[in-house]
Amino acid sequence: MNSQKIPLLLRIRPLITIFIVVIILIWFLTPLVLITLSAFASSDDYYQFEKVIPTHFTLHHFESLFFGLEAWKAIINSLSVAGITMLLSFLIGLPAGYALSRYVFPGKNFLKLLCMVTKMFPLMVLAVPLLIIFMRIGISDSTWGTSLAHTAMVLPIIILIFSSILSGVSVEYEEAAMIFGLSRIQAFFHITIPLVLPGLAASAIFAFNISWNEVFVATILTLTNRTLPAHILKTAMASPDYIKFAAGFIMAVPAMVFIFFVRKHLVTMWGISLK
Amino acid sequence: MISLSQKKGNWLPYLLFLPALLYLAGFVGYPLVKTFQLVFTSEKGDIGLANFITLTQDPIFWKALKNTLYLLIVIVPLQVILAFLLALFVNSRFKGYMIVLYIICIPLALSDVSAALMSYNIFSSHGFLNKILINSGLIETPFYFFGLGLSSRSFWVVVLTELWRATPLVFVILLAGLQVISKEYFEAADVFGFSSWQKFFHITLPLTMPSLQSALLIRTLFAFQIFGVVWLLSGRDIPVLAGEVYYQQAELSNFRIAATYGFIIALICILISWIYLTFLKTKHLEV
Repeated sequence: MNSQKIPLLLRIRPLITIFIVVIILIWFLTPLVLITLSAFASSDDYYQFEKVIPTHFTLHHFESLFFGLEAWKAIINSLSVAGITMLLSFLIGLPAGYALSRYVFPGKNFLKLLCMVTKMFPLMVLAVPLLIIFMRIGISDSTWGTSLAHTAMVLPIIILIFSSILSGVSVEYEEAAMIFGLSRIQAFFHITIPLVLPGLAASAIFAFNISWNEVFVATILTLTNRTLPAHILKTAMASPDYIKFAAGFIMAVPAMVFIFFVRKHLVTMWGISLK
Repeated sequence: MISLSQKKGNWLPYLLFLPALLYLAGFVGYPLVKTFQLVFTSEKGDIGLANFITLTQDPIFWKALKNTLYLLIVIVPLQVILAFLLALFVNSRFKGYMIVLYIICIPLALSDVSAALMSYNIFSSHGFLNKILINSGLIETPFYFFGLGLSSRSFWVVVLTELWRATPLVFVILLAGLQVISKEYFEAADVFGFSSWQKFFHITLPLTMPSLQSALLIRTLFAFQIFGVVWLLSGRDIPVLAGEVYYQQAELSNFRIAATYGFIIALICILISWIYLTFLKTKHLEV
């Protein structure tokens, strides 16, 4: 009886796989497809119950979002906050990651642990005191303030990612280059950096993405110079529905680009950042 | 590696790490000290637990705590089970599994704001679900999920949104855990004629236990920080702890109470991590 059952199971196995894949795709893609449809659908189509799938499309919602609600300012703020965050966490994180990956020194484990503890630490507790500090030094309600807070959030993760990426390149390459007369810094920039460039680029996008998406700290730290998610949180829910969908779509676009560019590093990067 | 570091002296790695250390001291350490100052002093400057007393006398605090815990209890187990099934499935490496992997990872890159708006698009009164139900004749007037007094309904929309948004987070951790299991274990099991179930319970499950545990911890910690999805979908109808930090700070400018809420979230997170580290193995926490 068993010998008859197994071939049958093997025969329908590909079908079961396809079935599960289809369910996964429907579950994960439907909300994305639907918000894209709604973001471009005319408001008449949206308010008609008979129209499940809209047929008239318009860019009007984006126009009202960008100019009526002044989201263009928020987008520029978001871009600069994410850009500064990326740059700062790179400048500070790269040497730190290098130190962790290339040296054995007393206190190394403590520093690693420090990074792991800080990245797990709930940022909520920092938002209020940061606001008070920023008010005192005069950078509250500024893109700088938000960037500095976001860097504090991203930096420990970036250090751990860098250290793991750099550990992937054998020290012997650098040592060989130094035998041929390159200095340590030259060896690092001419040998190691080109080898880890794809990984570094992926981490840069990763840092950018975290900052672009962060809403809590950004909302608390700013009043007028809001980033896009903070702006949406404050204004979108009081706006007509189709504006919300345009906003949701605009927020999601960079994320899609992100997934596409870092697809090869996805599991490693989140593996490190979450573990 | 060791020879290299010994030659150059020991100060170089410290120098390289110094900027990061200073940064974290300034933007994490100092604000933390400041938090203690805020939380344990009253408006008049007296040191004490006045803020905690004000807080616990407010029924909203208990509601927020209760809602946060409810959401956690409903969401986290479901997420872990779903993510584990997904990870096992993707790890079976069928043809084209990489594409499925990317698609599962999309929500990872999305903000909670965007995810909340996506589910609002489905569940709003003119959303897709209502339109489909009306057109198929199941209902005549739209079914409302959001609005005053409907928080028990929006609760489930929040749950679904979180399941959609954050299951991939757990999935990635579990998949990373599954990927490092050596094939040789399964080959050995084949030799001994293990069934698929036996292989799962005797090889896969014990070996993914560390990832399963850290996924559980991370999800629990994140669950205490849930904010964007709840705030956008229900406002303050479903008060949660992080939402109260925002509300007290942004709407009432009540710095001390807001900081106290934040402090309590941190305290709970530290407590949970501590329990976790004490009672479960810590080996896998090393990077």
